[in-house]
Amino acid sequence: MKPIIKVENVSKRYFIGAREVGPQTWRKRLTGVVSSPFKSIRAQLNSSRETIWALKEINFEVEPGEILGIIGHNGAGKSTLLKLLSRITEPTTGRIELYGRLGSLLEVGTGFHPELTGRENVYLNGAILGMKRSEIDRQFDEIVAFAEIEKFLDTPVKHYSSGMYMRLAFAVAASLEPEILVVDEVLAVGDAEFQKKCLGKMGEISKQGRTILMVSHNMPSIINLCQRAILLSGGKSIAAGHPAEVVQSYLSIVRSASGEVIWPDPAQAPGNETVRLHAVRVIQEELGGPTADVDISKETLIQLIYWNLQDGALLYPAIWLRDQMGTYVLSSSNHKSVSLTEDAWNKSPYPTGLFQSVCRIPANFLNEGQYSVTAIVGKAPFDTQILEDYVLTFRVHDTGEMRKEYFGAWVGTVRPRLAWHTEHLRPDVGAIESAD
Amino acid sequence: MGATISNSTDALPSDVTASTAPPALKSSPQHSLTFSLPDKPLIVIEPNRTWSSHDLIDLWAYRELLYFLIWRDVKVRYKQAVLGVFWVVLQPLMTTLIFTIFLGYLARIPTSGIPYPLLVYAGILPWTFFSAAVITSGNSLVGNAHLITKVYFPRLIVPMAAVGARLVDFAIAFLILIGMMIYYHVPVGWNIVMLPGLIVLNTLLALGASFLLSAINVKYRDIGAALPVVIQFWVYVSPVLYPTSLVPPKWQSLYMLNPLVGIIEGFRSSILNLSFNWMALGISIAFTAAVLICSAYVFRRVEKSFADVI
Repeated sequence: MKPIIKVENVSKRYFIGAREVGPQTWRKRLTGVVSSPFKSIRAQLNSSRETIWALKEINFEVEPGEILGIIGHNGAGKSTLLKLLSRITEPTTGRIELYGRLGSLLEVGTGFHPELTGRENVYLNGAILGMKRSEIDRQFDEIVAFAEIEKFLDTPVKHYSSGMYMRLAFAVAASLEPEILVVDEVLAVGDAEFQKKCLGKMGEISKQGRTILMVSHNMPSIINLCQRAILLSGGKSIAAGHPAEVVQSYLSIVRSASGEVIWPDPAQAPGNETVRLHAVRVIQEELGGPTADVDISKETLIQLIYWNLQDGALLYPAIWLRDQMGTYVLSSSNHKSVSLTEDAWNKSPYPTGLFQSVCRIPANFLNEGQYSVTAIVGKAPFDTQILEDYVLTFRVHDTGEMRKEYFGAWVGTVRPRLAWHTEHLRPDVGAIESAD
Repeated sequence: MGATISNSTDALPSDVTASTAPPALKSSPQHSLTFSLPDKPLIVIEPNRTWSSHDLIDLWAYRELLYFLIWRDVKVRYKQAVLGVFWVVLQPLMTTLIFTIFLGYLARIPTSGIPYPLLVYAGILPWTFFSAAVITSGNSLVGNAHLITKVYFPRLIVPMAAVGARLVDFAIAFLILIGMMIYYHVPVGWNIVMLPGLIVLNTLLALGASFLLSAINVKYRDIGAALPVVIQFWVYVSPVLYPTSLVPPKWQSLYMLNPLVGIIEGFRSSILNLSFNWMALGISIAFTAAVLICSAYVFRRVEKSFADVI
């Protein structure tokens, strides 16, 4: 199959430091020359300015009709790659060949002017995106219908709600008909309904045989929409292939040391003469080490390691989880009636020494998002000895297991997988008919 | 406008376009191909490309964007102004009035029989266009940074649109000139045939200056600050408020090095049917051609870094 996009050895270098970044004035340079002439002249002559390679030797090809996902953390080079493809900036080396018209959507509503009406902005924005006036004329009614702004067509967009604004902007962009569409994180904005609409639209566009390159932090949409994905890290392509696998390698590289807190010196550790904390960890078993990024579809382990300094103490470890807003998601402790599993230590006195307790949070239970852990150790029955708030945080990433049908935002503090059952109670609808 | 919002999700814009393309399975994209790929790439993105015919084709392909940007500038400017378009003519009219009082009646500048207000207005008209075009387009790339960093189009369109918007103002202010000519019973002579050419020349000179200044302004914002100062000075070394004949003969040749001398004087001559200063006009044409070529070259050299620097 012949590719529609060919990217060969593409690199992009940016200059960082005073000389190349941002606008400057002659005055600054003049005062520089006057105040420290030698340094300034040396700086002018010294061509080895500090540089950064935003992209380094990127190679890939995209087949027509394919949806390619590009993932990576912030600063990995995703946006730079899209900017090169969109011809907004030029590569430092390498070559890109496009065998079709390319439309890019790096931002929704580029060039919208607040003083102009919805109608006027459709034309302006369409022209900016490279549409012909006749194309816009032809699609105008559909754009307006998709955006659901019929009533406000002749109102300046500065009076629009942000939702109306986004819908209109996306509607114009969605009516673009290039063979290649480049999309950057557009799905991160708008409400759940809007995101659903956008994703549906993307699916449709690809069904029409058009090629899509999308950057997203929304892993479920990458897994469900794309046929292939590329993982960028530090400007290099470090994985490519099946989206689910690439997302897995993404989660394993974002895994950072911050999934663990250790107090090497017991004297400095939180606690008292009875108990002291040694470490708190967030673990997913397959990863073989602590992680701050966990896969929603796998069990997450919170591990507390603590010293018992008082022989014969009856101890219980406990945790609290809070979400990003500080709302308590759950609290759990190793009391006999609380624990799901048999644990000999929840009713026996502890000898002195180092102990490790693990609390297992089931897979498909927490929702996507950031959670913070509070580590607690108490003396039975309820005498708190250690309470360390926000010892560490971890982020739950959706990998799409529960995302085969719905891609939008999922409300709820937790997202347990629950049992559903439906029965057909009666075949006739007589009760409703007679009520009319 | 119909207010039927319900169920409009069913009427997605692509329903129409989708019918032209056969439905395809997600897993087999090759079946959904509705166009055949060209043998040669449509677009090649490489570092350090130079001018090619492709750039001109591109510029032509984006002509509608030029129109829409001009339209946006004009529309937005007068949208919230009660007096609207009246502001376009107010500025040159006020300037004409002030100079008519001070130079025409008090200083009594010799005008060889031409009504001073007409003489001044015929100079102010091309001058106002040129100065406003250069100042607004000098800041045009910086002012449209949000477009430049987000979407591709030939960057030349931006300063061109700024000049174009001023050309619209010029056309409106020109109507006043026609009114004044009728009022002062000034007959139109054959020299008027030169007028379109002079307007083109004035526009090209403004474009040349705009390309250069807007491009440099992206990196050195001093341009934006320096421009009004230069413009303020420039008006006095151009035949705007006085005829060229007022300049002492020994300074004439130096004076004519100002490319606006030929244009403004030519403008006046064609309207008032005076004899042309061919020497000055020739200098203007040569200067304009040189500026246009140089500035387009410089613009092309630096435009690839706009998005990185702006």
